[in-house]
Amino acid sequence: MSRKLFKFKGGVHPPEHKAESNKRPIHTAPLPPKLVIPLRQHIGNPAKPVVEVGDHVLKGQLIGAADGYISTAVHASSSGTVTAIGPALVPHISGLPDDCITIEVDGRDEWIARTPLDYRAMEPANLRMRLRDMGIAGLGGAVFPSAVKLDPGAAHHCPTLIINGGECEPWITCDDLLMRTRADGILQGVAIMRHLLGSTEVLVGIEDNKPEAIAAMRVAAAKMDFPVEVIAVPAHYPGGGAKQMIEVLTGKQVPSGKLSTDIGIQVFNVGTAYALARAVHHGEPLISRLVTVTGHVLRPQNFEVLFGTPLHWLIALAGERGGTTGVLMGGPMMGLPMPNLDVPVVKATNCILVKSAELFPPLPKALPCIRCTRCADACPAELQPQELFRFAKSGDFGRAQEYHLFDCIECGCCSYVCPSHIPLVDYYRYAKSEIWAREKEKRASDLARDRHEFRLFRLEREKKEKAEKLAAKAQAKRAEMATEPAAEGAASDTDAKKALIAAALARAQAKKAEVAPKNTDNLSPDTQHEIEEIEARRAKIRELARQPLSEDKS
Amino acid sequence: MLAAIWVMVILAIVVGVVLGWSAVRFKVEGNPLAEKIDAILPQTQCGQCGFPGCRPYAEAIASGEADINLCPPGGEEGMKKLAELLGVEPKPLDETHGTPKPKSIAFIDEQICIGCTLCIQACPVDAISGAAKQMHTIIASECTGCELCVAPCPVNCISMVPIAEDLPRWKWKHPVVMLKKMS
Repeated sequence: MSRKLFKFKGGVHPPEHKAESNKRPIHTAPLPPKLVIPLRQHIGNPAKPVVEVGDHVLKGQLIGAADGYISTAVHASSSGTVTAIGPALVPHISGLPDDCITIEVDGRDEWIARTPLDYRAMEPANLRMRLRDMGIAGLGGAVFPSAVKLDPGAAHHCPTLIINGGECEPWITCDDLLMRTRADGILQGVAIMRHLLGSTEVLVGIEDNKPEAIAAMRVAAAKMDFPVEVIAVPAHYPGGGAKQMIEVLTGKQVPSGKLSTDIGIQVFNVGTAYALARAVHHGEPLISRLVTVTGHVLRPQNFEVLFGTPLHWLIALAGERGGTTGVLMGGPMMGLPMPNLDVPVVKATNCILVKSAELFPPLPKALPCIRCTRCADACPAELQPQELFRFAKSGDFGRAQEYHLFDCIECGCCSYVCPSHIPLVDYYRYAKSEIWAREKEKRASDLARDRHEFRLFRLEREKKEKAEKLAAKAQAKRAEMATEPAAEGAASDTDAKKALIAAALARAQAKKAEVAPKNTDNLSPDTQHEIEEIEARRAKIRELARQPLSEDKS
Repeated sequence: MLAAIWVMVILAIVVGVVLGWSAVRFKVEGNPLAEKIDAILPQTQCGQCGFPGCRPYAEAIASGEADINLCPPGGEEGMKKLAELLGVEPKPLDETHGTPKPKSIAFIDEQICIGCTLCIQACPVDAISGAAKQMHTIIASECTGCELCVAPCPVNCISMVPIAEDLPRWKWKHPVVMLKKMS
């Protein structure tokens, strides 16, 4: 291959540690007794549960439906009974629970009916909907719903499709093993992607520390009926980042704040391509993936793992050792510490890295930043990490954004080279989440302002309407009065008012008369007599009541 | 000499006309400063500052009638932003107007509610749904947590519930970095 390769700025080359786990073949992890399947495994809206507690589900059955465009479905990874739907611990650094569906497996591992799709005959929009309902999401780490990425849109076209087999992060070998053993499946998925995106050029980028994977992919690529270029790229972290892979293969940079599709390129991970092929050609929704279990374990290796399998189950399979100091989900550069080993494997879990004090000695305590700018040299996003750190630390988030904080891919190169051992990425994550929270608050307060202003407007309007209604009524009455006593047509305003008052009095009198006692018919003479007496007494009292005024005075 | 005077006079007239016209043509409606202050205020509309809502308070600050430290929901941060905008010294929050509390929203115990509509009339953002002699309920996404509905309730069925931290609301904490002890 004589393709000219490019270099991205910065990056680091940490010890690879790939050999530990890529020597053993892939093992299928046995079924755990219980599967906990989170409804939020992807970017976008969490899936909506469509089963109830007590339902029996089959392997591959839809249990959470996609909610909206940017969302994807989740499925039962094995057959069994739903025992709980509600908050459970999920693999998140916060240790907070989230909505999950718990399935007590029955051990039969019974599939639903699987129907392959004829993707060439299907309407692209329908095919994308099917993929969304099959739960396909990016397995490279971001877990973005693939159906959205496979939509070239009206204006976009993606002449270049890049399949990312970079796997640049140390310790992780799941993509390596996948490419070695399932290259044909990956390329079948690539064919479907190419069909949907209308790409003319397909590039597969693999770091040159995976020669077996490159060879296997080249053999498989030669069998395809469209040109696929399998390119070995120099192993240099974070060369497997989507933007870095684009730059290395094409020399193009994705502009800040834009998507790769804006420059006509779409990137997918090899695992996503394989999952796509399983979904289309075998009718299997995304219910499992390859997971590297490595680090401080007896037999570091890759497992084919059903989603919902707890981490401790896998660590036990790989052989637990004493002296564990923590478990990361992901690699040592970008991985996040897990609060608990009961949390399940999800679509984003590419690696379980068990730490020990020997392999990962605790970082020395941080020293103040000396502004050596080694981080700036290492930053592959061409940012100024030392400035971002200063702004994030002091809470000056506006300036951090001006310095393109959101172009940070959190690769960890800056923290890796920092001679003061400052956890720089943690500061950027903190700043990003503060900015998001503020934006959310701002939206809420704008909504509150609008609603308050509308309420004031509504109250004012109601007051006005009431006044108008009363005025109209009075006007109508006056008009009535004016027409009735036509003889007094020339009467003055005060006369009209007097007339109104007189009319009101008359009405009141009439009403009073109406409420005269109604039980006075058919009375016996005795009762009649009694009433008359009472009436006489009342009349007398009334008479007396009028008199005292003059008597008191005297 | 005379020519110079004429030039100056004509210039003065021309400039005067232009300025006069633009003052009419580009007149700014409302007080732009109050607008900016209002954008900083949290829009709780709680009235703890002593003004009937955030907008009146913003106008009072803009006209110099009110101080910048009367808004407990805005907290220390809001006060600092106001100080920065107005170019004045930040000052501690005035505690006579209340203290900042964790963000919460109102909750109506629907078993007790008698449907009197008093809370609906008190809510500044129309976040309570209900009608006379019908059960009322809070529209949680619209509630600003101003607590104005709590006092009018004749049966004390409204309580303020702090918003619990969940996954979508979770935030990265400021890293705690132990500095090396230098002897």
